[in-house]
Amino acid sequence: MEFVTQHPILVVSLVKIVILLFLTLTTLAYLTWFERKVVAHIQSRWGPYYVGAHGLLQPLADGLKFLFKEDLTPPGADQLVYILAPFLALSLALTTLALIPFGPSTITILGQPTQLIIANVNIGLMFVFAITSIGVYGVALAGWSSNSKYPLLGGLRSSAQMVSYEVALTLSVVGVVLLAGTLNFDAMIADQSGYYLHFIPRWHIFPQIIGFMCYFTSAIAETNRVPFDLPEAETELVAGFHTEYSSFKFAMFFMAEYANMLTVSCLATILFLGGWLSPFPDRWTFLHYLPGVGLIGLALYLAYDAAILARGIARIQLIVITLGAFVLGALCFYPPVMVVIQGPFWFLLKVGFILFVYVWMRGTLPRFRYDQLMSFGWKLLLPVSLANLVGTALWIVWPLLVKHG
Amino acid sequence: MSLAFILFFIFALIAVAGAVLLIVAREPIHSALALILVMMSLAALYLMLGAEFIAAVQIIVYAGAIMVLFVFVIMLLNAGVEERTNWSKIATYAGIPLGVLLLLELAHWMAHSAMGATLASGAGAPNEMASTQALSQLLFQTYLFPFEATSILILIAILGALVLAKRDE
Repeated sequence: MEFVTQHPILVVSLVKIVILLFLTLTTLAYLTWFERKVVAHIQSRWGPYYVGAHGLLQPLADGLKFLFKEDLTPPGADQLVYILAPFLALSLALTTLALIPFGPSTITILGQPTQLIIANVNIGLMFVFAITSIGVYGVALAGWSSNSKYPLLGGLRSSAQMVSYEVALTLSVVGVVLLAGTLNFDAMIADQSGYYLHFIPRWHIFPQIIGFMCYFTSAIAETNRVPFDLPEAETELVAGFHTEYSSFKFAMFFMAEYANMLTVSCLATILFLGGWLSPFPDRWTFLHYLPGVGLIGLALYLAYDAAILARGIARIQLIVITLGAFVLGALCFYPPVMVVIQGPFWFLLKVGFILFVYVWMRGTLPRFRYDQLMSFGWKLLLPVSLANLVGTALWIVWPLLVKHG
Repeated sequence: MSLAFILFFIFALIAVAGAVLLIVAREPIHSALALILVMMSLAALYLMLGAEFIAAVQIIVYAGAIMVLFVFVIMLLNAGVEERTNWSKIATYAGIPLGVLLLLELAHWMAHSAMGATLASGAGAPNEMASTQALSQLLFQTYLFPFEATSILILIAILGALVLAKRDE
């Protein structure tokens, strides 16, 4: 007990980790729902519809289905590595979220100054890259340990892809690091405050638009998503590295993929889109009501839905969700909550938008061919991000050179 | 006991256990995984010494890049289980006692010599996190020439590997 009171950071961090893990796992489950819904609407379908109102209980049903499926291990598989791989993939994907700041570091909750981040590391960006660089093992080991042809080919393919695009991913971000002059996420976001011409936010996406495009492209490849989802090309490789996995181990790979998407989107938001900063000037204080107004608007829409469209159990569920949204919305008008909620609101809005673009691309673009993928990564993306890096460095050094002759 | 002390022992033990596993394991992939474990716990130890940049680079370069290549090669060659040769008698009867002797000697030196005492008191260790900026100033200003010379050496090594690999065509 004495040990714990001497190190309060242990307790505070534990509480934060539990909250973040709960929220993240729920978000991951609902990301699958979101993706299926958006892709369905792009393709003129309804998507999940029958389990709960608007199919909102579908993630729960999927989770139960995964739990009750038989957990198979192929004969001749390397038992230890076979079990280790999904754990590695998921835990590494979730670890990066500990470094993401969801709001300003100067916030007080219940009278205590609190940071909305689990670990505010000096070189946060380097640590995120360190953790994602080990993420390859989950995929490679899963492919190898299954002792089967298609998983091995899929594992090799996806680890080759992840390793090659990691180079472009890292290089595309260095431009931002040069501009901000730091590797700490908080300082990077602080560097993006202020406005050009009093209304355009000083986000790094404007000077670093090439860097952003390189980053986003290689991030999609890094997370093995369409149009770079070669490792899971079902017409060639059955299901790639996780062909032999079933039951909850498969679900873990699935969650890891979505967690990686989340991390990459969070990183894009922090580096290029100003993190938790509002896109509008601070003097527009009426915008502080936006989270509350948005939630109550959602509640009104759902109430309309419940009254007119839904029938039976779906109607009851909708009424419950409506009440929940209404209470949360009302809570957002309570001043202490309103102050705390601003940062996370804008942050999550931006992350949500990037995730939407992800899904949008999946609904739109066809898959690359393998040689196209490799030549695109090495012969186009890498030189462009290198040129961007050199250009940014010159842009920073130029005034100094002029001054000193 | 301070938190740092406990953490040091945890990571040191993991590093040693990983190193032993690396030698004992018969499956090449298991050895590679054990080596990754060693590198990760070394990174944690660097972090506790205040060298956070080195810690991150250790993970990115060794665990994230070099070991990925190792694992790749092992996967591609589909290397089988190691075969055990006859355990060398000299290793058993001389190696283990000598190893223990060396360990005891080091422990004795740490406990009784003047240099060991200064090391144990924490002198010479940086008190705060060495900033990345300070490190880059050292690399790109003070030691710019050795740094660039090293990068050219590495470039030559890469070209050499390319030439060797292409010779068959």
